[in-house]
Amino acid sequence: MIRSMIRSIGELCITGGILLLFFVAYELWGTGEFTHAQQSTLAKDLDRVWAAPTVTTEKLKLGDGVALIRIPRFGKDFTYVVVEGVSVEDLRRGPGHYPKTALPGQVGNFVISGHRTTYGAPFNKAGELRAGDEILIDTREKQYVYKVTSDRVVEPTQLDVTAPVPFHAGAKPTKKMITLTTCHPKYSARQRLIVFGVLDHELPRVKPPVPGKAA
Amino acid sequence: MYLWIWRHLPAKSPAMKSLLALVLLALVAAALWYGLFPWLEPRIKFDHGTVNDT
Repeated sequence: MIRSMIRSIGELCITGGILLLFFVAYELWGTGEFTHAQQSTLAKDLDRVWAAPTVTTEKLKLGDGVALIRIPRFGKDFTYVVVEGVSVEDLRRGPGHYPKTALPGQVGNFVISGHRTTYGAPFNKAGELRAGDEILIDTREKQYVYKVTSDRVVEPTQLDVTAPVPFHAGAKPTKKMITLTTCHPKYSARQRLIVFGVLDHELPRVKPPVPGKAA
Repeated sequence: MYLWIWRHLPAKSPAMKSLLALVLLALVAAALWYGLFPWLEPRIKFDHGTVNDT
């Protein structure tokens, strides 16, 4: 009687442990699969929209692709479609643009958030960015080449990193900035890692995006 | 628990029982991976990268 009870408890503990490990495996790899599938769809849609003639009434909807982001420091194949919106749902599909912040190439702050782990982990190596590293943003007409200037670790409530002039909410912007936000430290939501950059130059967009080629 | 399941597997030979057990395991794993985990994951959010005032 006691023996079988102890055996049952043992079996339950082992089962629980295996379940937890399996869930961790899902977090690390299963979520990435989801993101990659979504990214191919987004890239195809973006391709189609960019190939079509410009419509003046075109409006960006939440969940649409905004631009392509490439960061050579993260690898040659690192390409993601940036989604409009930063809800949990949006960020599961790829890096997200904070809807009320500037668009690529505009004066102000183009702010993107992305997962550092899970869901493809687009900003996994955000901590390795150094001043001068390029962040390439492709839009329909232009490629904007931003260069990293600095980074900071802040509390999750520090909303003014997304302000047009970071840390000076309400100030009038003069620079064309980019800001990446992601979680910090890795595998945690305790703090945020913020990477700032400024527009260096812009080029005409050259080749069409490679769909689904997200690292 | 596992002994109980093993005894109730509807097969005679140990080889068939093992096969059934594997199929059962695969079914449970698939249900977790495609059913429970995708539902559970957004509710945990241990990797949250946005800044907000909430």
